[in-house]
Amino acid sequence: MKELDELILPDDIRYSADHEWARIEDEFAYIGISDFAQDQLGDIVFVDMPEVGDSFDQGDEFGSLESVKAVSEMYMPLSGEVVEINEDLSESPELLNADPYENWIIKIRMEDLEDYDQLLDAEAYLESLEE
Amino acid sequence: MADQPGTRGLIFNEPLLWEKGKNGRCAMSIPESDVPQAALPEHCRREDVRFPDLAELDVVRHYTRLSQWNFSIDSGMYPLGSCTMKYNPKLNEKLAASPSLANSHPMLEDGLNQGTIRLLYDLQEYLKAITGMAGVSLQPAAGAQGELAGMLMFAGYFKAKGEQRTKILIPDTAHGTNPASAALCGFKPVAVKSGAKGTLSAESVAALMDEQTAGIMITNPNTLGLFESEIQQIAEIVHGKGGLVYGDGANMNAVMGIVDIARTGVDVMHLNLHKTFSTPHGGGGPGAGPVLCVEKLLPFLPSPMAVRNDDGYAMVSVGEHSIGRLHAFHGNYSVLIRAYGYILSMGAENLKRASQYAVLNANYVKSRLTDVLHLPYDSACMHECVFSDKHLQKHKVMTLDLAKRLIDYGYHPPTIYFPLIVSGAIMIEPTETECKDDIDGFIEAVKTIVGEAESNPELLHEAPCISKVRRLDETQAARKPCLIG
Repeated sequence: MKELDELILPDDIRYSADHEWARIEDEFAYIGISDFAQDQLGDIVFVDMPEVGDSFDQGDEFGSLESVKAVSEMYMPLSGEVVEINEDLSESPELLNADPYENWIIKIRMEDLEDYDQLLDAEAYLESLEE
Repeated sequence: MADQPGTRGLIFNEPLLWEKGKNGRCAMSIPESDVPQAALPEHCRREDVRFPDLAELDVVRHYTRLSQWNFSIDSGMYPLGSCTMKYNPKLNEKLAASPSLANSHPMLEDGLNQGTIRLLYDLQEYLKAITGMAGVSLQPAAGAQGELAGMLMFAGYFKAKGEQRTKILIPDTAHGTNPASAALCGFKPVAVKSGAKGTLSAESVAALMDEQTAGIMITNPNTLGLFESEIQQIAEIVHGKGGLVYGDGANMNAVMGIVDIARTGVDVMHLNLHKTFSTPHGGGGPGAGPVLCVEKLLPFLPSPMAVRNDDGYAMVSVGEHSIGRLHAFHGNYSVLIRAYGYILSMGAENLKRASQYAVLNANYVKSRLTDVLHLPYDSACMHECVFSDKHLQKHKVMTLDLAKRLIDYGYHPPTIYFPLIVSGAIMIEPTETECKDDIDGFIEAVKTIVGEAESNPELLHEAPCISKVRRLDETQAARKPCLIG
C-alpha cells in the first residue's frame, strides 16, 4: 500500500470525502475514484455501473466496486444525470488500478455547477487523508 | 517454530483421473445382460466425452491423496471459528447417520412418524428455552433464509396492521446478508454508524428511527465481537415508534444460556445452527437457520410446525398470517438431528459453559496479542476479537500476507477484511473447543510472523511457502475464473 506522499493527486480535478473525483467539461462532469481509493481496495475485479439516463443526487450511491478484499459502494460527488458510462471497465476493471484518473467511470450532465465548488481540491483532500 | 504440528510431512502429487486411467481397467463387474442390447440414439452420443477406465484402488488413492491437500478442522485449528469452520463433536454425526432416523421417509403419515416429529417438537422447545422466545420454525435452510423469513414476518406484521413502512435500520457492522434480506422484502436499508467504541448508541438510533421505519436489524454481540450494551434502550426507541427489533443470532455462541434474548427487546431472530449447535459448516449447505419470535409475531411464523396434542405429535399448519412454507417436508432434517443431539448431550449447564469458554478464549487471544497487532476497539470482547494491519503497514505487509503466512505454520487463515469498518481487519475467533496449549501455539505463530514482517517482509509477500500450492492469483481467479477442468 502507498504512503500518503506516494499518492498521485492531480490538481486539475476535485475530490469528495468518499474518495471519488470529478473533472468538469462545460456542463458535463467525468467521475472516477482516487488513487487512494484504488490503492486501498487492491485489485479491482468488477465494476458495477449505473445505466445511462439514471439520475442521482450528490452523495447517492451510484455503483460499486468489487476487489479481492470486499465490495465497496461509490457515491456521487455531484448531482446529475448519467450520459455515458465507461464500457471499457466492464471487460477490464484493472484499468482503475492502472490509472484511476485516465479511466473515468461515468460521465454526467451536472444539475448544479456550484456543487463542484463544494468539493475538495487536491491539497484539502490530502489533508483529509492525513487525519 | 519448525516443529509446529501440522506443518511438515509428505504431500502426495496426484494427476487428474483422466490422466491416470488406462483402457480396460475396471472397478466392478457388471452382470451379463439378459435383455437385448439397444443402441443409444445418435443425438445422445458425443465422441468427445471420454470417461477414464479406473480400478477401485486408483479411485481410492486418488481421492485419499487429494484429501491431503485440504486443510481440515480434524487436522488443524481454524482461528476464524464459528463463521466458517468449527469443531463439532463426532457423536452428533453418528446420531444423524443412524439408519432409524436417516431412513425414515418424509411422506410417512404423522401416526407412523412419531419419533421424527417428536424430535422436531423437542428441538423447537429447546431453542425457545435457550433464547426466551415464544415460537420457532425450524424450516429455514440457512441463516440467510432465517433472516429472510424474519423480514417476511416483519412485512406481514405491518401489512396486517395496515401500515406501510419503507425503511429499516442496519448498523455498519452488520453481516452483508442483513441489508440483502431486508431489501428483498421491500425495506430500504439505512446504515447506522457505530460509535467510537464500536457499538451502537441509543441516540444514533433515535435520530434515525421514525414511523416509516420498520425497525432495526441488530447482531448481538456484533461483528466486532462486542456486546451491544444499549440494546434495551435501542429496543425501547424502536418499539416507541411502532417498529420491530430483529436479532441476528449469528453470534449466539457467545451468549448462550447467559442472555435472555427476548428480554433484550428482540422481536424476531434467527439462529445459525452451524455456528452454535454443532452442525456442519462450509460448502453452502445443507444448513439450518431456525427463525424465532415473541408472542405478537407468532401468527406470521412459517408453516407447518411440529405440535404435541392428545394423539401424540403432528405436523400442523399454523397462523392465519403465516408467511407460508420455506422448505419441503421437515426442513434439513439431518442438520436438525445434530443440533438436537448437541443440546441434549451438553445439557443446560454445559451449553452455558461452551459460551463462557468461547468468550474466555477470545479474550485470552486479544490480551496476548494486544502488544503485537493493532487493536482498533480496545474493550473486553465476546467470542471474537478484531485486529488490523496498521502496525504492519510500515513494512509494506498487509493483512492478506499475514493470513497467508499462517498457513506455513499449520493454521488456517482467520477471517480477513471483515467487518468492513476496520481497515485491514483480522478477525480471530478461537471457539470453545481449542485448548490453551493449542491457542498458545497459534499466538506464538502470530508473534513470529509479526517479527518476520520486520526482518523479512518478502517472506510474507511470497507466503505460503510450504503448502501444496503457493499463493494463488486471486485477482485472475475473480476476473477470469476457470470453471472447467
